Amino acid sequence: MSTQAAAQEDVRDTHLDDAELHARLTRTWRTGTSLIERLSSVDHKVVGRRYILTAFFFLCLGGLSAVAMRLQLARPEAKLLGPDLYNQLFTMHGTTMMFLFAVPVMEAFAVYFVPLMVGTRNIAFPRLNAFSYWIFLFGGLFLWVSFLLKVGPDVGWFAYVPLSGPEFSPGKRADVWAQMITFTEISALAVAIEIIVTVFKQRAPGMTLDRIPLFVWAMLVTSFLIIFAMPAVMVASTMLILDRLVGTHFFNPAEGGDSLLWQHLFWFFGHPEVYIIFIPATGMVSAIIAAFARRPVFGYLPLVLSLIAVGFLSFGLWVHHMFVTGLPQLGSAFFTASSMLIAVPNGLQIFCWVATLWDSRPVFKTPLLFVIGFFFIFIIGGMSGVMVASVPIDTQVHDTYFVVAHFHYVLIGGAVFPLLGAVYFWFPKITGRMLSERLGKWNFSLAFVGFNVAFFPMHILGLQGMPRRVYTYLPEMGWGSLNLLSSAGALVLFTSFVLLLVNVILSARRGPTAGENPWDAGTLEWATTSPPLPYNFSRIPFVTHREPLWDNRDSLPVITGLSVDTRETVSGTLTEAFPEIRENSPEPSIWPLLAAIAVAGTFLGSIFTPWAVVWGSIPVAITLTCWFWPKGTPEDEK
Amino acid sequence: MRQRPVQDVSALPTYGYGSVSPIWWGTLGFVALEAMGFALAGGAYLYLRQVNPDWPIAVPPPSHWPGTVMLIVLLASLWPNALADRAARDENLPRVQLWLVVMSVLGIIAVGIRAWEFMHINVRWDTNAYGSIVWFVLGLHATHLITDLGDTLVLAALMFTRHAKGKRFSDVSDNAFYWYFVVASWVPLYALIYGVPRL
Repeated sequence: MSTQAAAQEDVRDTHLDDAELHARLTRTWRTGTSLIERLSSVDHKVVGRRYILTAFFFLCLGGLSAVAMRLQLARPEAKLLGPDLYNQLFTMHGTTMMFLFAVPVMEAFAVYFVPLMVGTRNIAFPRLNAFSYWIFLFGGLFLWVSFLLKVGPDVGWFAYVPLSGPEFSPGKRADVWAQMITFTEISALAVAIEIIVTVFKQRAPGMTLDRIPLFVWAMLVTSFLIIFAMPAVMVASTMLILDRLVGTHFFNPAEGGDSLLWQHLFWFFGHPEVYIIFIPATGMVSAIIAAFARRPVFGYLPLVLSLIAVGFLSFGLWVHHMFVTGLPQLGSAFFTASSMLIAVPNGLQIFCWVATLWDSRPVFKTPLLFVIGFFFIFIIGGMSGVMVASVPIDTQVHDTYFVVAHFHYVLIGGAVFPLLGAVYFWFPKITGRMLSERLGKWNFSLAFVGFNVAFFPMHILGLQGMPRRVYTYLPEMGWGSLNLLSSAGALVLFTSFVLLLVNVILSARRGPTAGENPWDAGTLEWATTSPPLPYNFSRIPFVTHREPLWDNRDSLPVITGLSVDTRETVSGTLTEAFPEIRENSPEPSIWPLLAAIAVAGTFLGSIFTPWAVVWGSIPVAITLTCWFWPKGTPEDEK
Repeated sequence: MRQRPVQDVSALPTYGYGSVSPIWWGTLGFVALEAMGFALAGGAYLYLRQVNPDWPIAVPPPSHWPGTVMLIVLLASLWPNALADRAARDENLPRVQLWLVVMSVLGIIAVGIRAWEFMHINVRWDTNAYGSIVWFVLGLHATHLITDLGDTLVLAALMFTRHAKGKRFSDVSDNAFYWYFVVASWVPLYALIYGVPRL
C-alpha cells in the first residue's frame, strides 16, 4: 500500500458527524460475539466486569465457609465440623477473602473505572490485563478445586513455618497454598503496573496532577504498595515450596534456616496488604461523599498527602504482627510508635470527609449510608488497632478473638462497607440500571446490625481468653452465649448479602434506567453512556477542573484529531498530561488466554515435579512470543 | 453531552522513545518490582548470615572467578547495548540488526557463564540454608538473564522481518533499557555472593 493511500484511509474524528463517528469507533473498538472473540477481549470494561463478578463469586465461597464456622461455634462441643475440615475452612476463608476477594475486587473496580475516570479509551497494556484476569481465575479455581478434592490448605492464611513446612505438613495441601500465592500475586502485580502507567501516561489532556480524582489517586498509591509489598510474599512462598519440594533449608533451623524469616517476609507483605485493601476503599469513600454531599471534597491536598503518607508508613509496621516472638525491645518500641503514627494520616482523612459532609446538604441514598456505616465501624477498628499496637496489650490478646474482632472491624468496616457503597454508586454505570433504593436500605441496615452483632462480642470473647482457630470449646468456659449471639449476627450479615444478590439480579433486568449521570456526579466516568460504549468516549475529553462535569454543565471540551479506524488513544506527560503521542492500544488477542493456560499448567505441574518448570517454560515462551509478534494489523504497523 | 473541540492532536507522532513511551514506564514498573525481589532476597541472605555463627555454613567460600568474569562480561556488554539503543533511536535498521545480534550472542555467553558459576559455588541448594540462599539469589538473577535473552532473541528475529519499522524501534530501545537493569542488579549481588562470605 502506498503512503498516499494509507493517508487517505486514515480517517480522523475531527469532522465526522456523531452517527458516523459512533459507527466507525464501534467497529474499531468492539468485542466480537463469537466464543473466541469473547475470550480474546481486551476491553478493560469486559475484563473489569469479569474480575468484579469472579471476585464476588469468591466472596460468596469465603462467606459460606465463614457461615459454616459460625454454625460450628454457635454452641460448645458442636459436632457439625471435625477439626480437620475446620482447619481447612478457616484457611480457605482467610486465603479466599484476602487473595481472591479483597485485593482483586479493588483492582477490578480500578480496571473498570480508572480508564473512564482519567478519560481514556482502554487501560495501559490491555492484553496483560486480560492475561492477569485468566491467571487470577485459574489460581482461584485451583485453590477451590483442591479443597473439593480434600487437599485444601489447612495451615492458616499466613501459613507459618514450621507448621507449613515439609516436616509437619506432608502431602500437597501447603503446596496448593503456596502456588495459589504465585497465581494471585502475578495477577495483582500486572494490574498494578497497568494502573500506574494508565494514570501516569493516559490521563486526558488538561488533567494535571491536582485534577486527578481521589479514587484514582488512591488506586495509584495502592499500585505502588503492591509493587513493593507483593514481591515479599512471592519470595517467601517460593522459598516455602522449595523447602517442601527440593529440600532447601530456608526455614529449617537444623540446617541454619530460621522460621522467623518466614514471618518477616510474610508480614513485610502482610501489613501493607491491609492498606492495599483499605486505600482503594478510601478512594471510593471520597468519590461517594463528593457526589452525595453535592460539593468537592474538603481538603483535596491533605487527602492526597495522607494517602501517600499511609502508603509509606504501611511499610514500617510489619513487626507488630510479631510482638510475641521475643524481638529486641527497641525494635518493638519502634514498631509500636510507627503503628500509632499511621493513625494520624488516617484520622486526617476522616476529618476531611466529616468536614465535607458538615458543610453540605447530604443526600442520604444507599451509597452514602454505607459510607456512614464505614465511619462508625472503621473508627472502632482503628481504636482497637491503637490498643493492639501496644506491646503489653498485644501480648495479652495475641491469637485470641479480640484480634479477630479487630481486623474484621478494620477490613469489613474499612473496605467492605465502602465497597458495597461503591457497588450501589457505580452499578448504574456498569449496567445502565439503578439498584433498588428500598432493598438497598434494607441491605445496609441488615449488614450494619448483623456485622456489629457478629463481631462486637468477639472483643469480649477474646478478653475472656477464647483463642482463634479452635474448632470447638467446652461448656465450662462460659463462652457459649456470646458465641451464639455472634453466630446469629453472622446469619443476619449473610442475609444482607443475599439481599444484595437479589437486588443485583432484579435490578439488572427491571431496574429504572440510569442515564449518563444519575447522581449528577462530577467525574469523567459519568460523561459517557451507561453502560459505556466500547470506545468509552467518542472524543477524548479536555479537563479544566477537578470535577469536570460540574465545571462544564452545557458542553464538554474535547480534543480532536485521533484516527477512528485504529485504536488510538492519547498519551501525555506525567505531571501536566500534555499530549505527546497518539498511542495505539493493542487489538484483541487469544494469546493472553493461551499464555495463561501455559503458565497455569506450569505452576500446577511444579507442585509435583520441579522439572515442570523446565518443560513448562517451552509452551510459556511460545505463547508469549506469539502474543508479542506483530500480526500486520494497522495498530501493529503504525 | 454536547462537545466543544478545544485542541487538535492530529499532528502528534504515533510512537516515541524513553519516557514518552508507555512501554518504557511499564518496563520501569517491572524493574521496580524485580529490584524489590532482589532486595528482599539479599535481605534474606543477610538475615540468615546474621542468625548463623559461621558463614558460609560448613563449606569454603565460593570461587569468585566465574562471578568476576560475569561481572566483566556484563559491564562490557553495556557498550553494545548503548549502541543498540542509539541505533534504535536513530531508526538505523542495519545497525539495530547488528547490535541485536551482538547482544544475543552476549546473552548466550552470560547464560553459559551462569551455568559455570553454579558449578563453582562449592555448595548444593540442599546442603544447608547457606546453599539454599546462594542458589536462590543466583537463580533469581539467572531467570532475568534468561528472560532478557529470550526477549532479545525474539526481537532480533523480528528486526529481520517486514515488521521491522516504526514502533518496533521503540521496543528495541526499551529492551536495551531492561538490560541495563539486569547488569546493574548483578553488581550488588556479586558483592553479596562473593564478597560477604569472605568478610
